[in-house]
Amino acid sequence: MDYVLSLLGPLAQGATVTLKLFVITLLLAVPLGLVLALARVSRWKALSAFVNGYIWLMRGTPLMLQMLFIYFALPFVPVIGVRLPDFPAAVVAFALNYAAYFAEIFRAGIQSIDRGQYEGAKVLGMSYGQTMRRIVLPQMVRRILPPMSNETITLVKDTSLIYVLALNDLLRAARGIVQRDFTTTPFIVAAAFYLVMTLVLTWGFQRLEKRYAKHDE
Amino acid sequence: MPSTTNERACAAAASQPMIEARGIHKTFGRVPVLRNVSLTVGQGEVVALIGPSGSGKSTFLRCLNHLETIDRGFIAIEGEALAQTDAAGNCTYVSEAEVRRICRKTGMVFQHFNLFPHLTVLENLIEAPMVVRGMARDEAIARAEVLLDKVGLRAKRDNYPARLSGGQKQRVAIARALAMEPDIMLFDEPTSALDPELTGEVLRTMRALAQERMTMLVVTHEMGFAREVAHTVAFMDQGELLETRPAAEFFGRPGHERSRAFLNHML
Repeated sequence: MDYVLSLLGPLAQGATVTLKLFVITLLLAVPLGLVLALARVSRWKALSAFVNGYIWLMRGTPLMLQMLFIYFALPFVPVIGVRLPDFPAAVVAFALNYAAYFAEIFRAGIQSIDRGQYEGAKVLGMSYGQTMRRIVLPQMVRRILPPMSNETITLVKDTSLIYVLALNDLLRAARGIVQRDFTTTPFIVAAAFYLVMTLVLTWGFQRLEKRYAKHDE
Repeated sequence: MPSTTNERACAAAASQPMIEARGIHKTFGRVPVLRNVSLTVGQGEVVALIGPSGSGKSTFLRCLNHLETIDRGFIAIEGEALAQTDAAGNCTYVSEAEVRRICRKTGMVFQHFNLFPHLTVLENLIEAPMVVRGMARDEAIARAEVLLDKVGLRAKRDNYPARLSGGQKQRVAIARALAMEPDIMLFDEPTSALDPELTGEVLRTMRALAQERMTMLVVTHEMGFAREVAHTVAFMDQGELLETRPAAEFFGRPGHERSRAFLNHML
């Protein structure tokens, strides 16, 4: 038991890195995904096609490859080439990748809203922007909560990929101790950490769903 | 002589039609849905637009507030052109902002209500006045409550639409349209989605509106309403407007054989 308690400190340190990546990715990828989704449903075909290509690229290649590319290869790309430190490189890769997935969820949500809602708003004099902001997006939020819950839980676990940039996240911290102490107990404690994080997320999303469900009462 | 000018302006305004549609043509793909439809609606006039399903009534109504675009013809709302067609047959609309401004003179009620399900009854009514007209929330609420009294739904102000019956939803939809203070109300089969026992309350609300001299164009299958409330009946079939006559005259002796056949079928 004392051994388990002694693990909490170092693993909590790893968990902070995990949480930091998770939160920053979410804060960047949700707005970016929304912009991409709106571009995807826009009447401007060229923009829609461009975003379509972006989503294909981001979903069609491994996140780990994207991360390695941004860290190792981006500095050599002409014009946009910048050398990013390890953590920011990971953040950029995660945000760009998750924005693509979020965009598809948002698009599905937007397109599930009945045409009548647009017409109802239009005959009241609302512009496209007002209709989106006030009528369509608030209704979309409710419908995308279940898939968003899925995706954010996946994100928590995907953060463990950053070990390839030698960043000390929760899983890498656990592995380090496993190799040092020749026991698998740190893995079990790390699993408990992940479970607690996803439990909090699940609970949060359930509360949100309940709040939005009041419209049906 | 300013007074004469003024009188002339008043006379012009009085005689100016609220809705003027001339020679409207529209096709969906290659199927013609409107063929040379013309209709004029005067101030305070209630026009019932009737005809068999698929005759183009709803499409025509939806052209008047730009929910559909026309291929050819002329549309003016209160004397302001929305769309016109030149001699070569090119149909042009005014700018998007102008379309929105002109169409704001009309309010619309749909067959399926199209209330905003994430907003309460009161919020449904104050949304557009606040967002579109920039009205202060307190003022919008005060006006909305008056309208809710009028349609008899003040008690439901904090309910979400899901909690209302079809008839109540449609009365809220009417109040919501009125909240934007339109000069013209367009109704697209307002009772067709309702259980028969709920149509009465909606028709009563519409009748009250007609008594206040609201200009109304109503696509309907309610022959009773058309006969009692409408001043004018316009009959459409297969994309054509076959006759436009005073309601009493139309129901007394329809002029066109297809209107006669339709009435025999309906009554």
